[in-house]
Order: sequence, then structure tokens, then C-alpha cells
Amino acid sequence: MTDPLPWLILLPLLWATGAFLLGPARGARLALAGTAVQLWLAFALAAKVSSAGTALHHPVGGWGAPLGIDLAADGLAALLLILTQFVALPLFLYARAYFAGKSPAFWPLAGFLLAGMNALFLSADLFNLYVTLELVGLAAVGLVAMGGGAQQLAAALRYLFATLVGSGLYLLGVALIYGVFGTVSITALTPLVTADAPPAVWFAAGLMLAGLMAKTALFPFHYWLPPAHGGAPAPVSALLSALVVKASFYLILRLWLHPFAPLTQVAAWLPALLGGAAILWGSWQAIRAERLKELVAWSTVAQLGYLFLIFPLLGADRLALHAGGMQVVAHGLAKAAMFAAVGVLIQVTGRDAVADVAGVAARLPVTLFAFGLAGITLMGLPPSGGFLAKWMLIDAALLRGRWDMVVVILAGGLLAAVYVFRVLRQAFLLPSSGERRRVERRPVATLEWTAFALAAASVLVGLRGMEILRLLEAGT
Amino acid sequence: MTANEALPLAVIASSLLPGLAIFALPERSVALRSALNLFGALAKLALVATLLAGVAAGEDYAFRYAVLPGIDLAFKADALALLFVTLSAVLWLFTTLYAIGYLENAPHRSRFFGFFSLCVTATMGIAMAANLFTFFIFYELLTLATFPLVVHRGTPQAMRGGTIYLAYTLLGGTLLLAGIVWLNALAGHAEFAHGGYLAAGDAPNWQMQVIFLLLIAGVGVKAAIVPLHGWLPQAMVAPAPVSALLHAVAVVKAGAFGIVRIVYEVYGIEFAQSLDLLAPLAVFAAVTIVWGSFRALFQDDLKKRLAFSTVSQVSYIVLGVALFGPLGTVGGLVHLVHQGIMKITLFFCAGNFAETLGIHKVSEMDGAGRRMPLTTLAFSIGALGMMGAPVTAGAVSKAWLADGAEAAGMDWAIWVLWTSSLLNAAYFLPILWRAWLRPAPAAWPEERIVARGRRETAWLLLLPPLVTAIMTLAAGMFAESPGSPLEWAKLIAAREYRVAH
Repeated sequence: MTDPLPWLILLPLLWATGAFLLGPARGARLALAGTAVQLWLAFALAAKVSSAGTALHHPVGGWGAPLGIDLAADGLAALLLILTQFVALPLFLYARAYFAGKSPAFWPLAGFLLAGMNALFLSADLFNLYVTLELVGLAAVGLVAMGGGAQQLAAALRYLFATLVGSGLYLLGVALIYGVFGTVSITALTPLVTADAPPAVWFAAGLMLAGLMAKTALFPFHYWLPPAHGGAPAPVSALLSALVVKASFYLILRLWLHPFAPLTQVAAWLPALLGGAAILWGSWQAIRAERLKELVAWSTVAQLGYLFLIFPLLGADRLALHAGGMQVVAHGLAKAAMFAAVGVLIQVTGRDAVADVAGVAARLPVTLFAFGLAGITLMGLPPSGGFLAKWMLIDAALLRGRWDMVVVILAGGLLAAVYVFRVLRQAFLLPSSGERRRVERRPVATLEWTAFALAAASVLVGLRGMEILRLLEAGT
Repeated sequence: MTANEALPLAVIASSLLPGLAIFALPERSVALRSALNLFGALAKLALVATLLAGVAAGEDYAFRYAVLPGIDLAFKADALALLFVTLSAVLWLFTTLYAIGYLENAPHRSRFFGFFSLCVTATMGIAMAANLFTFFIFYELLTLATFPLVVHRGTPQAMRGGTIYLAYTLLGGTLLLAGIVWLNALAGHAEFAHGGYLAAGDAPNWQMQVIFLLLIAGVGVKAAIVPLHGWLPQAMVAPAPVSALLHAVAVVKAGAFGIVRIVYEVYGIEFAQSLDLLAPLAVFAAVTIVWGSFRALFQDDLKKRLAFSTVSQVSYIVLGVALFGPLGTVGGLVHLVHQGIMKITLFFCAGNFAETLGIHKVSEMDGAGRRMPLTTLAFSIGALGMMGAPVTAGAVSKAWLADGAEAAGMDWAIWVLWTSSLLNAAYFLPILWRAWLRPAPAAWPEERIVARGRRETAWLLLLPPLVTAIMTLAAGMFAESPGSPLEWAKLIAAREYRVAH
């Protein structure tokens, strides 16, 4: 295995197929082993990219661009690959204990999801990216529908609709681009796209970015996210909220930075405006949510908003890019942890309501710690990765005199504190005697500790800020 | 890593690691938990003693770790840091002993002591932070680690107190963050320095003034400066050891300490004066001093009365800082320590009255002195110290503050101090009068610990207030001896002003 790039795509495909053939028990073991190897590969790739300082390329089957398929990995891609495998591995451990062999569809679907995501991060042309987007979207819809309840099917259908519209718009844009330039390779397109490009190119860029924003659930395209993420089983919610939405965001960032950079300057305020609205509206809905999972899902809508604030701030100092990368990592870890923790709370109390966690602090300290640590990251409190992201974002906004954004970022942190502490407060409350008598299931240790590990990572990643930034500098 | 780099980290680790270990302990392992706690506290004291000796001899202790390009997590154990570190480390030991006695057989002790250790860890970080970035990290950690302690009892009142506490402190933290990042964007990332690191050319004056306001408002929440003090009387629903922590060991001290750092080592006293920032700060401090004392007069709840008293007393420190001149500086700094040992004595005693006899209100204090003479004696010493009675620590603070006000030409501040002393007497003396001179009632509200011979309450509850009361007297009587808080405050002031003048 000299080159990690193709293996990062092949391995999950292999174990997904294996899991399909061998059933959930052995499938889970295969998935865990495969993901562990992928994680190792992702780290090896990051080390290579970091020391090379530029992007790595891999011509598939020896046929590179423009004729064949080219895989490429720069620092941003390597970072997201690490994040994906790093979050997936504990979540798979969690899922194995959570489903306890009862959910045969999970493992193959999860494998295809990971294969799609890894391929997306490594693809270097617009059409392959479309294929990976569809693979990710369909696998994700399948995971949401897996529960089989009427509500879950309805959420899955809505999700399917959103994801198809999103990738449809994207595909339309790709077709237009191909019509104008005759190529879909990102490297080839970068010098061709200029500010005086024909209107078709402007239109195509608009379509592609709008489609991807719909898939990233940017306000006001967020309507599909809370039911889909809030309705799925806990491990699925965690995968979707932590990772899947990041895939389309990654693509937006990639397109924004490279081929479309000359076009996007004029409209950079738009994603930031929508992002700001997402922070306020998502947080507000999380504050009002009655159900735990709904609260966490709305928090995702809000947290994704921060990612879109970076666009008008991108510039030579790279602060905003660093802030975005850090936020992707921090939120990925924290949100996976929070959904995992909430999954335990729901399993143990038997109910999905904020009001019903009263007194949990005494009985599920590990889970509650996980929730609290993840909350620290979401609030952007130190020393978490979320704090560093927020720090750099405020710094970038101040340097450009964007006071409005500073206020939104700070207000978002306070609003996050309100919804996080809503749950923590309730958990510290002594339960009423009626509630105390209710029979509860005992918590499964694996579930509690995987949630805790992810949450601790989301806080401690703040201490590895330098490595993350150095990786982001490599060829991005 | 050299020994001089490792020592500040070891001071932090000596409460962090036992704290993390305690979280993992099952509820019933009382002995192991107590041993861990005491081992941590004693180890910390030993480390602090080493640091004190080194710093007095002119050694530098610093540690740094790059978090972001150009931004370090940096610790520095200088004379000012050690003033606060020593206070917290000493009081932590006694509060731990007290808490072990206080929480005997109470539920969730692992959680309690775990967060308690985290609070002390955060305090150490605040004290030794070498830049605003590091200061902020530990300042927020302190907020987060105290919340579970404030709501420890899990009652609706505790939740209410905790929520109000969070609302104030998180809002304050947000203002502080805004100020720090703004300052960072203007003046670059710099470390605390004697005489401040800002200079007139760094930015327009109005921006410097607004940033100062943001920073002071941010730390002023924890220092309970009026009108940001509303959380402190609400937070007294917490158990007595937590009140001690809030009022003496950690929280309000962290706020006051932050003001000291910002005025002296970010802006620099001269630059702050030239921006016309000190006089308004002094006015806020004066208003807080009088208003806190005034409100204390009308509280029948003993702990609430003490809480308003803290509001007032902590602003003595702020006033001392805002008085332009070394005498006021010494007075403010020394009061940081003096207020801590006096107030912790009072809260320990209040806890003893509540735990032993069920006394929560001033109106229930009649005759408590006969039933619990030693506790009441300790309480009296603390109260007299707060009034500024001779031979107590409080007298030393007030004398230096008054001299400082005179030297700075702010005679009105002397009147503020006098007014406050009168008000202090007006709300403390009735308590003493009731406790010593009024006859005891036929039955105490809720007698839980029965007196046996000379032992009026549990030993672990009685010893800590007695020791801190003795410290209150010692700090007053031996103020001019080497090693006293006053001498250390003079050392700091000399180092701050050597650069400024």
C-alpha cells in the first residue's frame, strides 16, 4: 500500500460489500477494522501532504487528467479525511453496541457513505464530484429511512428531495461549465474562469453553489435537516450532522477558493448573511425545542452558519480559512459526541424530551460530561477547537471592520449557552419522586464512553491548533 | 523542559490531576478521595513555597505552548501571580478540610470535589496567566467549573441561583472576549508587562477607552462591581464551602485580580491615567463599596448579608487599584489577601451555625455565642476585621487605602472608606450583640450536631475558621514582618512602579 489515496476509497467499499454478505455481526467487525486502517491511512496521507507542502496526485489506473481520473489530496482534503475516519471509528463502536446486531442495513450503507465521502474529498474534477455527491446523498437517505417508522420515512423523503434538487442544480452547472470550457478538471478550469467569463459561467457557478448550499442546509434551505437528523437513530444522526453536511461545505469552499474565485467576490456577502441568519434562527429554534434530538439538530443548523461567515473574510491572511477548517473539525467532533450522548439519555430515560432528563447528572455522569464538553465546543468556550475557530473568526472580522459579524458571532455563542445549559440545568435538577420510581434501562458503557471520547477530543483538539493550521497551509 | 518551566505547570497539575482522579472514584471511597484531596492541596503548598522563595530571590518561572500562530498559552509565576496563588492554595487546603466535614454523608461528593479541584485549577491558571488569551481560557473554565457547585443541591432555588450566575458570568465572558480580540487586533499579541504593554500610538484613544470598558466590564462581573453584582447574593444558595470558594478562594478574587492585571500590566497605570480611565473606575468602586454595605444592612439572611458585604469589600481592591499611586496599590493588593481570609472565616462560621444549629438568619442568632463560643469568636474576629478594627488585617488594608487616597489627592475616597466602615459596623455589630449578649432561645431551629464537652461542633468544621481567624489577626499584628501579605504587596508595587516612574 504505497499510495493511500485509492485505498481510502476502496477499503470502505470492500467492507461495505463484506458487511452486506456476512450480516451485521461480522459486518460490524469488518467495518471497525476497515475504518481503523482508513484512519491510519488518513494520518499517513496528512503527514505526506504536510511534509510535501503541496497537493498529492494519483492518476487512477495510470491514466491521469485530462483523459483519466485524477485523485488529488491537499491539506484541506487530508484534514477532512482524518476528521471523517476519526469520527466514524468511535461512532461505529457506538453503533455496534446501539443496534446490537439488529440493524443489518446500517453497515453496508455506512460503508458506502464513507466511500462516497472519501472519494469526494479526493476527487479533482467536477463530474466525479457529482458522482460522489450522489453516492453520499443516497447512502445518507438510506440511513435515515432505515428506522422504518412513518415519521422517519417522511423525513427521509424530504431529505431525498432536498439532496436530489441540490445535486441536480450542481449537475446542471457542471454541464454548462463543460459546454463553455470543454473540461471539468478543477486544475484546468482555474486559469480559464475569469471575471469577464460569459454569463453562462456565472449562471453555472450560481447554480452549483446554490445546489451545494441546499445540501449543506444553509438557512433558508435548512428545512429538511431537523426532521432528518432529529428522526434518525442516534448513530446515524451523529454521522449525518457531524460529517455529511461537511462534505458539501467542503465542496463549496473548494469551488470558492479555486475555479470560481474571480466570480464569487461580488456575492461573498450573501452566504455570510445567510450564515448569520442561520446562527440566530437555528439557535433560537434549539432554545425552543422540546425534544433532545430536535435541539441538537437545530444546533447543527446554527453551527453550520459559522462556516458561511468566512466567505467575505477570506483573504491573504488566511485567518478565515483557518477558522473555517477549525470549525469543521471542532463541530464534527462535538456534534457526533452530542448526538451520541443524547442517544444514551434517550435510551436510558426511555423518552426524547428535555424535561425528562431531570436528575440524570447523578446517574449518567459520563454521558452528561460528554454532553457538557461537546457543549463547551459549541459555545466556543476555551480551550476547545470551537473557541479557536471563533477567536480567529472574530479576529478576521475585526481586521476588516466587520462589526456586525463580530456581534453575530458573540451572540451565537451566548445563544448556544442557553440551549446547552437548558439541558445541563435540567440534568442537575433533583427528579420528582414520581420520576424517580420510573423503571429505567441501565446504560451501556460502550455508548457512554465513545460519546465521552468524542467530546473530549472536541475540546482537546484546541491544543493541536498549530498542526491543523499547518496542514491547511499545505497546497490549499 | 527545565525546572523553571515545569514548576508553574506542576502548580496547576497538583489540583487538576487529583480532580480528574476524584471524578472517577466511586461515591463510597471516602478515605481515598480525602487523601487525594489533601495530597493535592499539600503538594500545591509545597510547590508554591518553592516558587515564593525563588521569586523573592529574583528567579523567573515561565512556560509557553503555541496554540495558534503568534498566540501562546503562557504561564508566568511573578510576584503578583504568587500573591493570588498563595492565597488560593492556602485557603484551598482549609476549605477542603472544611468541605470534607461539611459534606459528610451528603450525596454526589465525587462530583463536588472533582469540580472543586477544577475551580482551584482554573484559579491557578488565572493567577499565572502571562497574557490575556491565557487569562481568558482559565477565566471561562472557572465559570464552567463553578456552575455544578452552585447548583449542587439540585433544588429549584439552586437552579435559579445557578442560572443567574451563568447569565451574568457568560455575558461578562463574552464582553471580555470581545475586548481581548479587539485589543489583539490593534496592538498585537503581547504579554503582561510591568508598566503595561500598550502605548499612546497603538490606536485611537476612544478605541482604547472602549476596550478598557469591555475588559473591565468582563472581569467586573466576577468582581461583582455594581451594577454587575446581581449574581453574588443569588449564588449564596450553594453549600457553605462553595460560598467560601466564590467569595474568598476563587471567583470574586479572579475578577478583582483581572482588574489588577488589566490596569497595571496591560494598560499600565500611567497610560490608564492619561486616558482618564482611573477616575471613573474609582467612582464605580466607591459606589459599589457604599451600595454593597448599604444593602447588607437590610438582609436578615446571614449568608445574604455576608454576600452583600463581599460586594462592598471586593471593591476596596478595585479602589486601591484605581488610586493613582503606590500607596493605594499596596492597599488594594493587600486587601486581596486580607478580604479573602476574613471573608472565608465568616462563611465557614455561617456554615457552622447552619449545620450545627440550623441558624440561617441574623434574627435567629440570639445566644449562639454561648452554645458555640469558638465559632462565634472566629466570626467576631472576621467581622471586626471587616470593620477595620485595630490589630486585624482589615485595619492594615484600610490604613493603606486611606493613605493612598490622600496621596492621590482623592480625599472623597477617604470619606467613602469611613462611610463604609460605619455601615460595616452597623450590620456586623448587631450580629455580635445578638450572639454574645442575648439569651439563647429554648430550642435551636434545627440542632443537628450535639455539643459534647468542649466540642461545640465537628472538628473539621471548627478548625478551619479558627485557623483563618488567627491568620486575620496575624496579618494585622505582624503586617510589617517579612513574609506578611503586606510586605509581599509592597514588593509587587515596587516592581510595578519601578518601571512606571
